[in-house]
Amino acid sequence: MNIGLFIPCYIDQLYPQVGIATLQILERLGLSVTYPTNQTCCGQPMANSGFEHLTKDTSHNFVTNFSDFDYIVCPSGSCTLHIKDHLHDDANPDKAISIRKKTVELTEFLTDIIKVKNLDVHFPHKVGLHQSCHGLRGLGLAQMSELIAPPFSKPENLLSMVKRLELIDLERKDECCGFGGTFCVFEEAVSVKMGQDRVADHTVHGAEYITGVDMSCLMHLDGILRRQKSNVKVIHIAEILNSVTK
Amino acid sequence: MSPQNKTHAELADKFNRDVERVNWHDQTLWFVREKRDKAAHKIAEWEQLREAASQIKNNVLSNLHDYLVEFEQNALRNGIHVHWASNAQEHNEIVHSIIKKHNVAHLVKSKSMLTEECGLNEYLHQQGVEVVDTDLGERIIQLANEPPSHIVMPCIHWKKEEIGELFHQHLGTPKGNADPQFLTAAARAHLREHFLTSRVALTGVNFGIAETGEFIVCTNEGNADLGVQLADVHIACMGIEKIIPKRNHLSVFLRLLARSATGQPITTYSSHFQKPREGQEMHIVLVDNGRSERLASDDFRNALKCIRCGACFNTCPVYRRSGGHSYHTAVAGPIGSILAPSFDMKKNADLPFASTLCGSCTNVCPVKIDIHDQLYKWRQVLVKNGHTTASKKVEMNVMSQVLSHPMIYKFSGSVGRWVMRTLPFMVNNKFNPWYKQREMPEASTTSFNSWYQNNRKA
Repeated sequence: MNIGLFIPCYIDQLYPQVGIATLQILERLGLSVTYPTNQTCCGQPMANSGFEHLTKDTSHNFVTNFSDFDYIVCPSGSCTLHIKDHLHDDANPDKAISIRKKTVELTEFLTDIIKVKNLDVHFPHKVGLHQSCHGLRGLGLAQMSELIAPPFSKPENLLSMVKRLELIDLERKDECCGFGGTFCVFEEAVSVKMGQDRVADHTVHGAEYITGVDMSCLMHLDGILRRQKSNVKVIHIAEILNSVTK
Repeated sequence: MSPQNKTHAELADKFNRDVERVNWHDQTLWFVREKRDKAAHKIAEWEQLREAASQIKNNVLSNLHDYLVEFEQNALRNGIHVHWASNAQEHNEIVHSIIKKHNVAHLVKSKSMLTEECGLNEYLHQQGVEVVDTDLGERIIQLANEPPSHIVMPCIHWKKEEIGELFHQHLGTPKGNADPQFLTAAARAHLREHFLTSRVALTGVNFGIAETGEFIVCTNEGNADLGVQLADVHIACMGIEKIIPKRNHLSVFLRLLARSATGQPITTYSSHFQKPREGQEMHIVLVDNGRSERLASDDFRNALKCIRCGACFNTCPVYRRSGGHSYHTAVAGPIGSILAPSFDMKKNADLPFASTLCGSCTNVCPVKIDIHDQLYKWRQVLVKNGHTTASKKVEMNVMSQVLSHPMIYKFSGSVGRWVMRTLPFMVNNKFNPWYKQREMPEASTTSFNSWYQNNRKA
């Protein structure tokens, strides 16, 4: 199985450790993983701001970099969703459609494709899981609190395999953190308030770490936590799933 | 209605200056969302009900012309006067002409968001006719001279102490009395006089049934019933999308409506009006006001399925923390944000951006409107039509240029990180809205890309 590693631009630039953890998890599973080094961005920042028409070149670049893989794995629910819902390439329309189908978020890939049943990793901490909206409601990584349907959660299931990790309960288990891409600056007041409320839900329930499948949400929550001089840290789920027992 | 033409972001910023009030507003509405969840969980077939409702509404929208003609024929046969209004102005004029014919100077009104949409109260006021809103929430905001902040709970932004003060000023209740039961009784006594003296009563319509020509008004307080039973003339104002084909379809909607709205199994009153009683005159005003235009749009048509339950308001994390008035439109919240731009793109260009696209609205919607997808689509339409700022245009173009070229991207990334590490004051300043209440991410010394080239590529 030939895996293309899709590392979102902000992870590449600001959180390389998340990319490294993702790569190492996949390599430890014996998979052949390639990171196409000319990849940039999925185009979501422009598209969600109403400038989808400015994503032609980023989309074309994405297709050029990722058309030769069986699966494209990405440690971000949001960027994965953008590719799955919106990738177009006038030069290669069929390739774009094929990439849409083959792009998979990391926890979904581990759960549904690799069918991971156990992990030799440990993380002896109290952890709160922030369910990022695009992963949750867009990709269906877990059951949504609004729907009347049986519960399940792919990220939670993986975290339950991590030794000594204690997952805390939350008051509002799938409320948005308020990041929302450019929303976080154009609607600064509401964005920050939403983030503060999310942070409070985790801290009041004793979280030492807040984790999730999207570093963008965690970056926003981290900005608030550090402004509050909190000891609570954010950590991408890939980093937890890569905490190999020594 | 827009306070000094401020944007949602500006009005929400103002709302957020009172943190306690924001918390209270958020928690009050979240409580309603939780009540909705509990009520929905009691119905094992909830998701099938939503699907059925959605399909019925899809059928209605595909055959709206035929159903409207059928509805009109049956209503006429029942002895109801039927009027057609293509826009808000026509609607207001029709209502006024009926009132004028009966030579009255005031009327009672209950349960109509459509008349808010059309600005009826203001119009009639200019014509010398006073409208008394009889539902408690509506009456409160009418006394306060404010628009509703929520379609189902119009004064949800008012605390009981504030209502006590308002009633003290307007109804002469004792100062400092904020007992809800006492205040409700005071409002009741005050409204009773209006009920007894109004010869014309106006209501909205929740559902119009094509098969029978009847219409249904769902209320909790019963003011619609009291108003129309005491009045000589009943005027019902109805958006053309409120049609459903048959009476037995009503059961699907009545099971969904109140559960989605407030978590009640059903509204206290589901009143059917089929024909005028002896000596009474009954009118239906069917209003288009942009609906036909929306019907023609593949992307935005299904917003017309809305049954005005308000569930999307209660679940919306942005609405709960910005308040209804920050949407500066009659229908606020997520559904308002996809309806308003089709009335006035320029004035409401900010609303589709007042969302994180979290998708919770779409999930609670009892008729399965793809609200968050429509928000995304409106953003594209607005920008294409030039409703964006010059600075945003420049930013987006620069961003697109950088991200379209791997070399420029890598170079800018390393420069950006160098600046963040070496010259933090360049980003940590008051011109950066991120930094106002959040720390910037700590800039890494390497990108993943460089790490990969150094550790794997060789």
